[in-house]
Amino acid sequence: MFNIPKKDAITFVLFAIVVLTMPIWLAPLGASYPGLLQKFAIYALLAVGYNILFGLTGYLSFGHAAFLGVGSYAAVWSFKLLSMNPVLALVFAIFFSGLFALAIGFISLRRSGIYFSILTLAFAQMSYKLAYSVLSPITHGENGLQLTLQDPRAIDMMFIERGSSLPTSSLFGIPMNGYAGFYFCAVILLIGFFIAQKITSSPFGMMLKGIKSNEDRMNYTGFNTKPYMLTAFVISGIYAGVAGGLLSITDPLAGAERMQWTASGELVLMTILGGVGTLVGPVIGAWIIKYFENIFSAFNESVLHNFFAFLPDNFESIVVLISSKFVGEGWHLTLGLMFVLVVVFLPGGIMEGVRRISARFSNRKDPSKGEEVIDPENLPKPDLKKGE
Amino acid sequence: MVKASNNTVLHVADVHKTFGGLHALADVDLAIEEGKTHAIIGPNGAGKSTLLNVIVGKLAPTRGTVVLDGEVLTGKSPHEINQMGVARVFQTPEIFPDLSVFDNVMAPAFAKRDGSFKINIFNSLQSEKDIAQEAEEIIVDFGLEPMINTHAGALSRGHKRRLELAMCLIQKPRILLLDEPTAGMSRHDTNTTIDLLKKIKSTGMTKIIIEHDMHVVFSLADKVSVLAQGRIIAEGSPDEIRANPKVKEAYLGESSE
Repeated sequence: MFNIPKKDAITFVLFAIVVLTMPIWLAPLGASYPGLLQKFAIYALLAVGYNILFGLTGYLSFGHAAFLGVGSYAAVWSFKLLSMNPVLALVFAIFFSGLFALAIGFISLRRSGIYFSILTLAFAQMSYKLAYSVLSPITHGENGLQLTLQDPRAIDMMFIERGSSLPTSSLFGIPMNGYAGFYFCAVILLIGFFIAQKITSSPFGMMLKGIKSNEDRMNYTGFNTKPYMLTAFVISGIYAGVAGGLLSITDPLAGAERMQWTASGELVLMTILGGVGTLVGPVIGAWIIKYFENIFSAFNESVLHNFFAFLPDNFESIVVLISSKFVGEGWHLTLGLMFVLVVVFLPGGIMEGVRRISARFSNRKDPSKGEEVIDPENLPKPDLKKGE
Repeated sequence: MVKASNNTVLHVADVHKTFGGLHALADVDLAIEEGKTHAIIGPNGAGKSTLLNVIVGKLAPTRGTVVLDGEVLTGKSPHEINQMGVARVFQTPEIFPDLSVFDNVMAPAFAKRDGSFKINIFNSLQSEKDIAQEAEEIIVDFGLEPMINTHAGALSRGHKRRLELAMCLIQKPRILLLDEPTAGMSRHDTNTTIDLLKKIKSTGMTKIIIEHDMHVVFSLADKVSVLAQGRIIAEGSPDEIRANPKVKEAYLGESSE
C-alpha cells in the first residue's frame, strides 16, 4: 500500500522538505507568518485535489468552492456540537463534502464538456445563495457561522469545564493556531499529496487519464466511465472539503463567501497557472496566487520608493509611479498579465517552463535552435517502413 | 431469414435501422460462424458502418436483435457489449493519444481482467507485472516496441492502426470487428496489414471485416455479404461473389480494379 515508484518517492521527499521548511524559506519573501503559511498549505491541498478531477479526467468543474464551503461549515458544526478536536472536525468535513459531491457529481456528470462545467457552476452558486437565505439556520447567513460560549460541545463538556472565553481547536493540548496550525495543515497536505501520487500512478489513475484522452474509446474498451468519473469527482470534492475544514480549524469562522464562484475560478487559475495534470504544478500555482493576494497587494508607494532608492531621483519617481499600478490594489493586473503570458507561451503552465529549462540543460550538447525545445518523449519516431 | 446454426457466434437477426425516413438497414440478417472471417462489402452509404454501430451498441436498431452466443446484445451499452467479447477497430484509429503506447495496450487488458469498473488505487502500474508482461508481448508481436514509451498521438497513421488492433487483441475478444482496416494505406502497408490479419486468422478468431479494397477482401474472407442500400443483396464465398452478376452491377461494376 505504501510502495510507490522510486521517482514518486523522491518527489514526495523533496516536496515534504519544501513544505516543512516553508517558515524558513518564505521569510526573505516576507511571507513567513502563520496565517499566510496556513493558507499556503490549505490552498495547495485544495489545488492538488482539484487536479485529480481537472488534471486527470479533463472535466472542468466550476463548483469546487461549494465543497470548500460545506467542509468549513461541517467543521465548525463539529466544534459547536461535539468537540474542538481538529481530527473529528476533519471527519465531519470529509463526510459532508463527500456526500455533497456525490449528489452534485451524480447529476452534473450526466453531461460532459461545457455543460458539465455550467451544471457545477449552477450548483455552487445555488449553494452560495442558499447559504445566505434559506439555509441561514445552518449557516448563520451574513454573520457567518461562529463559535459561541453557549455551544453544547457535548464531548468536550464530559472532560472539561466550560471556560469563560471562546475555545480554540486543539490536538493533544496544542492549539491549532500559529505555527502548530500550519504544521497540522502541512501534514494533511503531505498526506493528500501522497494519496494524489498513489492515484496518479495507479491503474485507476490511468483510467482517468484515458477518459481525458478518449472517453469513447474507454467505453468501447469495456470501461464504464460514469462511475470512474463519479469517484474522481467525489475524491476531489473531499479534498476541497478537507481544505475547507482546515480553514475552520485554523480560524473557526465559516462564511458563505467561500462558496462564491470567484473562489472556484481562482482554483481553476491556480491549476492552469501551475500546470494542469502535474502533481506539483497546482501547488505552485496556489502559492503564487496566495502570495500575490496577500503580499503583493500590501505593497505601497513607500515600499517601492525603498526598493528603487538606488535610482536617480527623477527617474525613481517615474519608475515608482508606473510600478505602483501593478502592486497594492493593482495586484490583479500583475496576476492577470502573468496568467496571459503563461497561457500564451507555456500552455502547460509553470511546470512546462521547468521542464523546458531542464530539457535545455540536459541537451546542452546539441545546439537547439530558437525557442523550440524538443521533448524526446513526444518526438514522433521515424517510420521504419517506407510508403506511409 | 438466415437460420442460426450451431457454430454461429454472432447472429444479426432481422435488423432494421431508420434515420428519419431513410432506411439505413432493412431486413439485415447475418450469421457469423465460429473462426470465420466474414467480409461485408458494398458501395458508400450502403449501411456498413451503421451495421457495426448497431452491433457495438453505439446505435440502437429500430427493430431486430443482435445475439452473441445466445445472449442478446441489443439494448446494452458499448462497455457491456465489449465485456461480452466484442472488440472493434475503427475506420480512423481510436486510441488514447495522450497515453504512451504501453499504457494504451495495458488499459484494455485491465478492462478484460477487472471488468467495467474497479477502483484499483493501491497498486501502482509497475506492480501489475502480469498485465505489463502481456502488454509487452503483444507490443513486440506487433513491432511497436521501438516506440513503447512514445505518446500514441505522435505515431504515424499506420502505427496507430496497428496499435488499435493490438489494443483489441489483448482482450482476446470473442469476435473482432474491423472497419476498413486498410483505408488510406499504401499498397505496401496494406499487404503488411493483410499478413497481420492472416496471422490473427490462423488463431481461429472470428472476425467481421468491412472493406472497400477487393484485394483485401478476397485474400482474407471466408464468406462475403454484399450490402446495398441497407439490404443484403448477395452472400457467399469470395469466388461466388466475384461471379455474381447482381453484385457486379451494384458494386463491382462501378469500382472494379
